[in-house]
Amino acid sequence: MKLHEYQAKDIFADAGIPVPESQLATSVDEAVDAAESIGYPVAIKAQVHVGGRGKAGGIKIASDEDEARQYADEILGMDLKGYTVEQVLVEAGVDFTDELYVGVTMDRGEGEPVAMVSTQGGVNIEEVAEENPDAIAREHVDPAFGLHPYQARKAVYDAGVDRSVARDVSSILTTLYDLYEERDASDIEVNPVMITSDGDVVAADAVMNIDDDALFRQSELAEMEDETYEDELEKKAGEYGFDYVRLDGNVGIIGNGAGLVMTTLDLVDYYGGKPANFLDIGGGAKAERVTNALDMVFSDENVDAVVFNIFGGITRGDEVAKGINEALESFDEIPKKVVVRLAGTNAEEGMEILNTDLVEVEETLEDAVQRAVENAQEASQ
Amino acid sequence: MSILVDDDTRVVVQGITGGEGKFHTGQMEAYGTNVVAGAVPGKGGQEVDGIPVYDTVDEAVREEDADASVVFVPPAFAGDAVFEALDTDLDLVVAITEGIPTQDMAKVNKRLSEVDTRLIGPNCPGIITPGEAKLGILPGNIFADGNVGLVSRSGTLTYQVVDNLTARGIGQTTAIGIGGDPIIGTDFVDALSLFEADDETDAVVMCGEIGGEDEEEAANFIDEHMETPVAGFIAGRTAPPGKRMGHAGAIVSGSGTGTAESKINALNDAGVPVGDTPEEVADNIESFL
Repeated sequence: MKLHEYQAKDIFADAGIPVPESQLATSVDEAVDAAESIGYPVAIKAQVHVGGRGKAGGIKIASDEDEARQYADEILGMDLKGYTVEQVLVEAGVDFTDELYVGVTMDRGEGEPVAMVSTQGGVNIEEVAEENPDAIAREHVDPAFGLHPYQARKAVYDAGVDRSVARDVSSILTTLYDLYEERDASDIEVNPVMITSDGDVVAADAVMNIDDDALFRQSELAEMEDETYEDELEKKAGEYGFDYVRLDGNVGIIGNGAGLVMTTLDLVDYYGGKPANFLDIGGGAKAERVTNALDMVFSDENVDAVVFNIFGGITRGDEVAKGINEALESFDEIPKKVVVRLAGTNAEEGMEILNTDLVEVEETLEDAVQRAVENAQEASQ
Repeated sequence: MSILVDDDTRVVVQGITGGEGKFHTGQMEAYGTNVVAGAVPGKGGQEVDGIPVYDTVDEAVREEDADASVVFVPPAFAGDAVFEALDTDLDLVVAITEGIPTQDMAKVNKRLSEVDTRLIGPNCPGIITPGEAKLGILPGNIFADGNVGLVSRSGTLTYQVVDNLTARGIGQTTAIGIGGDPIIGTDFVDALSLFEADDETDAVVMCGEIGGEDEEEAANFIDEHMETPVAGFIAGRTAPPGKRMGHAGAIVSGSGTGTAESKINALNDAGVPVGDTPEEVADNIESFL
């Protein structure tokens, strides 16, 4: 789960990290009022879950009322990579001399968190990591102890941060680590930390992503989730609780288990079709979940045919068959052809239950995928 | 014949009184697994289908001489359950639970480095030695006893590939689902080294997927240390960058690492043929035998 910049900054400020004065605005007038009360120059920043906002025109610096009005008007309502901007953060401009990167994330290769500092802030840190990895100082953290203050200092010194601000920057890093741990973050970053012309440090941006698996103990953060989705189908998937990714093809795919569903996508592609989606019904799915999955895929107008691929382990074939029947029996006319492949736990019981007047059945994965690809080709002609 | 588990393995089931724990304990016993105890806080003294339940894993180990555990504990408590298991000198802990917070697993991972216990999972289907024992949720009926080892990050993909193997009469020594989470216990390299050391494993299937760099590391290991031939499969060739495809681990970063292509290339460079379909994986294994 992603937090917006303004939400992360509130959390940072509460924890003692210096942030610029700012106000959230949802209309042009509100934005102008905010700018007037903060004083120019101000940054007007789109609050949407999209990377690279600046490059895409979602962040502008206004130096007077006319500019504030003009930029707020441009940014509010604009489409940023599929998301409509409904709120902007109006923030005091910072007169800075240097920009740093400071962040904490999980190093999955090492299986432990890593704290990072770089003097190459203000730019795409992924590019820095790729092209000049030595420009990022890293300290791995023993999760049992947390980030020791000496480690934070070491990272700051190793990165070559000006020693006049080393204490302030290492304090930001230790605070970020504490938040990372307390709030079950998966990533927490400030890019940039600005060093002002007065020699102060200030967090001019804030990224905070939370581990979805930990939301059960982060209820305060869970309530901050912005449930704006890229499209109606992704919203529906969120409501049904599916792992779902919309793609640009026309073969709808439903399966159980991420690896098998990905394999089904790959095979659709291999046999000359194009997958319309990734939809994993998960382990142990009951009939209702299966019905919802079919509803999802049928709701996608790009879908011309569907393949339902289940290999039961914890999921039981009879439950899946019941769900397929229930979903399809509710239609006078089934909207798209459905090919079903059932194997594994209770597959035989499932095959006995399955209403084969409503679906085509194939025994192997390969046959089922090829059949669905053919169906999609016929339907789209 | 087997690595890690066989019909002598004495198993304690953590979470045996829950729905999944109970159901799969029955399935494991039906397969021949020697389940000797359950462990559930507050349920000590009960029985589940004749199996004694203890309040702690420690008691279960002392009273029933268990040497392995399977964890069917809900995610909020599963990290703690694995810690408990790691504090009792078990040889093997298999964590089935999906959705354990990553930072909990980072702490578990740290403790793992301090003990001799092996962890499989979490978020995995478990381990099976066909004809002897299974610890987990794998459907026993699709497996057959034989000479091919299998290690996979995905449960259902394991079943698919095993089905393709068994259908043409190729049995398995042991199959291990290592799980799809970013932080796991036993990884590809660990499993591959066990198969390499096992005289009865004549070939190995390795099923990977997008995300992380475990497959690339496995390819290096195969190149440098393995005599036993390996056939590979990588799921997620068609996955778009930046999207999380189900498993927490299955996400392709924008910068090109962790892609199916980089994994397939690494494996090919190590002499591992990577099938386009599960059926081709079975073809490749057949050509080794």
